[in-house]
Amino acid sequence: MQQADIFVKRRNDRWIFFAVLAVLTVGSVIITRYDVLKGFTSIVKAFVWGISNFYPDIESMAKLPDILLKLRETVLMSIASTTIAAVFAILLSLAGSRTTRMSRFFSVMARGIASLFRNIPLVAWAMVLMLAFSQSPLTGYLALFFGSLGFLTRSFIETIDEVSHDAVEALEATGAGYFHVIFQAVLPSSLPQMISWLLFMIDTNIRDATLVGFLTGTGIGFSFDLYYKSMNFHAASLVVMLIVITIIIIETASNMIRRNIM
Amino acid sequence: MTPETSNPLLELKNVIKYYNRTTPALADISFSIMDGQFISIIGPSGSGKSTLLRCINRMIEVSSGEVCFDGVITSQLKKRDLRKLRTKIGMIFQHYNLVDRLTVIENVLHGRLGYKSTMAGVLGRYSQEEKMQAHRIINILGLHDQVYQRCDQLSGGQKQRVGIARALVQNPRMILCDEPISSLDPNSSKIIMDLLRSISREMGITFIVNLHQVNVALKYSDRIIGVNKGKLVLDGSPDQLTTERISDIYGSTAKDLMTDSEERYAAG
Amino acid sequence: METEETINNWGQLCSDEMISPDIFGSGRPLNRESFTIRIFLMTLSLLTLYALFTMDYQGVDIAKATMDTLHNFKIIFMEPSTQRLGLWDAFYEVLITLGLAFLTTLFGGVIALFLGLLSAQNLAPRRITCCIKSFVAFIRAIPTILWVLIFAVAAGLGSAAAVIGMTFHSISYLTKAYSESFEELDRNVIEALSASGANWWQIVFQAVIPSSAAYLLSWTFMRFEINFANAIAMGAAAGAAGIGFDLFMAGGYYFDLKEVGLITYIVLAFAIVLEMIATHMKSNIHQKA
Repeated sequence: MQQADIFVKRRNDRWIFFAVLAVLTVGSVIITRYDVLKGFTSIVKAFVWGISNFYPDIESMAKLPDILLKLRETVLMSIASTTIAAVFAILLSLAGSRTTRMSRFFSVMARGIASLFRNIPLVAWAMVLMLAFSQSPLTGYLALFFGSLGFLTRSFIETIDEVSHDAVEALEATGAGYFHVIFQAVLPSSLPQMISWLLFMIDTNIRDATLVGFLTGTGIGFSFDLYYKSMNFHAASLVVMLIVITIIIIETASNMIRRNIM
Repeated sequence: MTPETSNPLLELKNVIKYYNRTTPALADISFSIMDGQFISIIGPSGSGKSTLLRCINRMIEVSSGEVCFDGVITSQLKKRDLRKLRTKIGMIFQHYNLVDRLTVIENVLHGRLGYKSTMAGVLGRYSQEEKMQAHRIINILGLHDQVYQRCDQLSGGQKQRVGIARALVQNPRMILCDEPISSLDPNSSKIIMDLLRSISREMGITFIVNLHQVNVALKYSDRIIGVNKGKLVLDGSPDQLTTERISDIYGSTAKDLMTDSEERYAAG
Repeated sequence: METEETINNWGQLCSDEMISPDIFGSGRPLNRESFTIRIFLMTLSLLTLYALFTMDYQGVDIAKATMDTLHNFKIIFMEPSTQRLGLWDAFYEVLITLGLAFLTTLFGGVIALFLGLLSAQNLAPRRITCCIKSFVAFIRAIPTILWVLIFAVAAGLGSAAAVIGMTFHSISYLTKAYSESFEELDRNVIEALSASGANWWQIVFQAVIPSSAAYLLSWTFMRFEINFANAIAMGAAAGAAGIGFDLFMAGGYYFDLKEVGLITYIVLAFAIVLEMIATHMKSNIHQKA
């Protein structure tokens, strides 16, 4: 009897799960006016079009120096915004972590700031910053900085709480002071994990920089936008290829660094 | 070992600790301990052993009552003096609580941080004498081959010896041990307990050891204190206590205590 | 000081030769790990400095721009209001964005489930897992916005291109997450089942998926959270429907900061709720593990 119940319950659970999924799917299709047929046929169409049009040709190679310059700007911008965000994120996460916080009030504040910065859409940052900083690389840099600050602070807080709780307790019991604990226990044990997050963030930021560049008219995103809107798809595809190569190089380097430090 | 002073080294008076409003974690605990004794605190898990231990060096603040160490009432100490107090009390943990990514010698030298200025401690500057001392202790504990190894490469027993070395390098008068052998196999458990006992004898350091295993407590201690549900239910020397007596005191929970220790030592 | 002496005596017992001569050096030998960390951090700081010094500031007055931005933020956060967009319309737009995110996550999840099974090392041969892993890495290397725009050439700007384009990144993210969840399953369980004569599909549906269902659900929800943010961005940058487009129009076209403020608040409210659910799901899994 009981065994039968389990099977019935399993089956009912499964039914409910798929029913909810179906309702949500139909609802989403209606509300977004998503054309299912067009959606799926466009995949095939896009591939056919891509193979026949979306590849770099000799002519587009003339744009290479321009694109490389923009690419360099974007990569540097991503690295700089990540690094500086990381410095601030370490301070915020030390204040916010349960293990190292000085007071409950600051902890709540730090977590609140992290959550706020992380959840304000990148688009909103870009739009607002562009009003004052206009179409300069500084706009993109700051937009990435604020987003990264939120994300890194949250990740660092998790890292500190996971990795160093026990060691912190031991050092406090020996009579070590607050800064001793930070520099002798917290940082040594969480630095590798933090660096791993940092590498992840650089990677993400290069991709997001493309988006921000698109909105604010800077960097590699602007190059793509330019060629795309003028229907110069050969040059646009060159941009995509260079981004792919850059990201794969950075990912490979990141994995190498991770292997060495973990 | 040094009975010339009649004052106890540690004295707890009516210590009460509430985590929530309803049930106390510690209810009215009083006892005093003379210099050089080896004392075990036994009790089932969740009985308040860990809380009791941490109230002594104020890792946990008591709700009311008084803890008096070496003639000083600890709850009145300001931050700086509290640090000074903690340098006199070493602590050893169940999960060793080492910084796994640092080497053995670095972890051992952490025991000196309580004596250092902020700057020197942050930079990890230790004096020649401190390093010598650390190396000496490491040698005594038989870790000389692992001095520059990272702690995550050590076995459980070796990690616990690093923990002991860190406590010893503090030059403590008393060492608190929170379930020092609960994460270890029977063989390493025996080595660690023998080591603690001989350190207590040779150096005259007072030990308070939280134990889950009654048999171990009976074998090593000068005196056994039992707690259950935050209350002190037992206080006496091992020869006054038989396993039957202990199971009387703990009732149904004793079974858990006894079988655990039995199994553990069947192999060891 | 008595203890000090005792320790010294003990020290005499073990011969002094056992103390290695390099004790006068630093306690922290420079190994490969700390060497890598140092080089990495140094390179990073140099690159950052270089970036900041060579950045083309285009004559922006930083102090003034900062003050302006702070002022703008004050307007955004203190005086949110609507002019063109009613409160109810705004909510409806957020629903559209949520719908886009849901469809993306669903399509991505279904495809990733198969790819995940094929790229789990305990379920598929090594050659196939390698193929899929490099395919997924390639997908991930192209920014979402570019995928969307590439599909927009074939499907036109709108929800179809946005969903298909965003699905690509979801596939790559979820394939990695799913295959790692599958790999956690003990090899012995699979061995036991195949010894009893079960075929690959039976093993997958009776053992692999049920045992990792909680992980799969939690990863999928985390992706949904990311897709919500992505859908906003695509609304702004690729003209897909939803609140992102309104945000872009309010900020970049009408320069209406009060409306930007209102939209930001609404988006924040939804995003924080999603974040809380995701955190809750994650902690549930941690407890189980």
